[in-house]
Amino acid sequence: MYRYDEFDQQLVNERVAQFSGQVARRLTGELTEDEFKPLRLMNGVYLQLHAYMLRIAIPYGTLSSKQLRMLAHIGRKYDRGYGHFTTRQNLQFNWPALKDVPDILKDLASVEMHCIQTSGNCIRNVTSDQYAGAAKNELEDPRIVSEIIRQWSTFHPEFSYLPRKFKIAVSGTPDDRAAIRVHDIGIQIVQNGQGEIGYEIYVGGGLGRTPMIGKKISGFVPKADLLAYLEAIMRVYNMYGRRDNIYKARIKILVHEIGVEEMQRQVEAEFAEIRKSGTLHLPEEEIARIEAYFQPPAYEDLPDESTELNKAVVADPAFANWVKSNVAQHKVPGYAIVNISLKPIGGVPGDCTSDQMDAIADIAEKFSFDELRVTHEQNLTLAHVRKKDLYAVYEALKAHDLATANIGLITDQIACPGLDYCALANARSIPLAQQISERFADIERQHEIGELKINTSGCINACGHHHVGHIGILGVDKKGVEYYQVTLGGAADEKTAIGDIVGRAFTEDEIVDAIETIVTTYIGIRKDGERFIDTYRRVGVDPFKESLYETH
Amino acid sequence: MAQHTRKGAQFQALTANRLSDGIVVYLTREDRWSESLQDADVAEGKEAGEALLARAAPSVEANEVVEPYLFEVSLEDESVRAVSVRETIRQAGPTVRRDLGKQAELAGVHR
Ligand code: HEM
Ligand code: SF4
Repeated sequence: MYRYDEFDQQLVNERVAQFSGQVARRLTGELTEDEFKPLRLMNGVYLQLHAYMLRIAIPYGTLSSKQLRMLAHIGRKYDRGYGHFTTRQNLQFNWPALKDVPDILKDLASVEMHCIQTSGNCIRNVTSDQYAGAAKNELEDPRIVSEIIRQWSTFHPEFSYLPRKFKIAVSGTPDDRAAIRVHDIGIQIVQNGQGEIGYEIYVGGGLGRTPMIGKKISGFVPKADLLAYLEAIMRVYNMYGRRDNIYKARIKILVHEIGVEEMQRQVEAEFAEIRKSGTLHLPEEEIARIEAYFQPPAYEDLPDESTELNKAVVADPAFANWVKSNVAQHKVPGYAIVNISLKPIGGVPGDCTSDQMDAIADIAEKFSFDELRVTHEQNLTLAHVRKKDLYAVYEALKAHDLATANIGLITDQIACPGLDYCALANARSIPLAQQISERFADIERQHEIGELKINTSGCINACGHHHVGHIGILGVDKKGVEYYQVTLGGAADEKTAIGDIVGRAFTEDEIVDAIETIVTTYIGIRKDGERFIDTYRRVGVDPFKESLYETH
Repeated sequence: MAQHTRKGAQFQALTANRLSDGIVVYLTREDRWSESLQDADVAEGKEAGEALLARAAPSVEANEVVEPYLFEVSLEDESVRAVSVRETIRQAGPTVRRDLGKQAELAGVHR
């Protein structure tokens, strides 16, 4: 895992000292709110519906047990005993007092954490695959590139006042778990005919008011040129991105307006310029220095089969279900990847209490090399667990209500905070997710339905990724009453698609029944082995429209 | 700032967030800030609403509160009720955590 060097630690300490001074001056009135607001946003402090909110960066979603324990401590001491993991692989606290934020930042800095690049018009925290370093078909650990980008982008003078926020995601496997095509820049690690590693670049993806799928502008950028190429994109964006209209300021609008060929031409021209100067050429030693932080842990030589595991699967059907949905294949024999669901039936997606965080930290320390991951689907991952330990891990998780066996199933939903917490919301999101979760609680039925992703956002900003949910739900406000619009057929993987609006919006009383109707319609027309999304791609929106609106 | 009130609103109250901890507060008849909507001064009609909003200025100047705005309320059985779902949640706390926020701490909170 990446460890701060002196330079990183000094930067973060200086930032804490600087912001502590700014908070003090705000509280005494030396700074006005207008002066202070951009400063607090640069440090991850938002003002939400009930109180301030603090967004903590978890670069590419990787955490040590020690860091998670510190988050648990902060939750207990300064907040209300819990935190919320988000689709940006970050953690949000919902109730911190502004006057406590300097102390919180000091605590964070003591474990190499901060809130920088979580807000504002900068390059935000890079997100990546939660299976990094463990996935079977991985070409290269995507955290290496993510860390290189983090170092290049943090405090880069040209990037502190971009036209708008900027999000980059990296995937190291052909199956994309990082939703790279709905980011401003998506990076797919690839290999060329000579066996060299390079990067396929997508640009102009995004959700929000105007959802767009990223366009491929390069099939292979060599390793040494990655930063030069990214800088070229940033320069084109910085020059032409619309600063006059917040709704048109994202790079997706620029790419859409000038077209992908023109974007490509501009980027190539800048790229040639930058390459001439040679300043952003990545030397091999530098790449090796970063790579060293992501060396594989000290795996044991194990047989791939575990008799302990096989026995437990037979003896405990609930465990068998959990293995089926929550455990994924690992590249090393005898190991497995464990997904911890933060979606208990009827619970708040992504919420985790301080006690649970402590428990997970202990489990990660004991069973997964002291390290864990946050997923963009608001769950956690233990990347390297010995198969023979799976039952012990399961039991330990179960004791803290963390062993819900539903990863990828209908109750594993993404939901943004919505009107329960968010000042921008039109409607609540979490209660919908809870009601749907309760309706489909039966585990046998969930497995029968199979893979199905329901994503809910409380407004068009789309923090809950509703556009790319197989079923997407968007909260809208009609004269002070909450309504929910449904989209179908979205996906955020290597076949990314924006969902189609199915028809008029539903009331809160109707929405769960509508979801049930969609599910039963799918079950009725699916062919053998078809997931919901496969069936949808085959039949389109019409059968669902019919069953939803003709019976009403 | 989004509109949180309505043009023809009959009754309005004034809310803001306390600077030091962000907690939601309401302006009272005595020009204090209370955590409870039930203590809020209620203005009837457009002009009284504007006058109420103007009374936030000194507290903003004094760095007590931030982001003051008017929102629509109704008066039912002696109690003040927020009209929109948003303001109802804001004076109560998250509907998904009834153990948190004003609904867990204060009397007279409506859901
Ligand atoms: C509660 C405070 C939050 C505020 C004020 C907020 C605000 C916004 C805004 C204004 C946008 C649209 C930006 C644009 O299109 O330029 C946005 C998009 C987004 N936010 Fe949030 N958000 C909040 C919470 C969250 C949370 C909790 C998550 C993660 C679960 C999140 C993840 C995202 C994502 C993934 C997008 C879409 C990015 C895109 O446009 O491509 N946000 N947010
Ligand atoms: S989608 Fe809207 S309601 Fe949900 S968190 Fe984002 S801004 Fe808030």
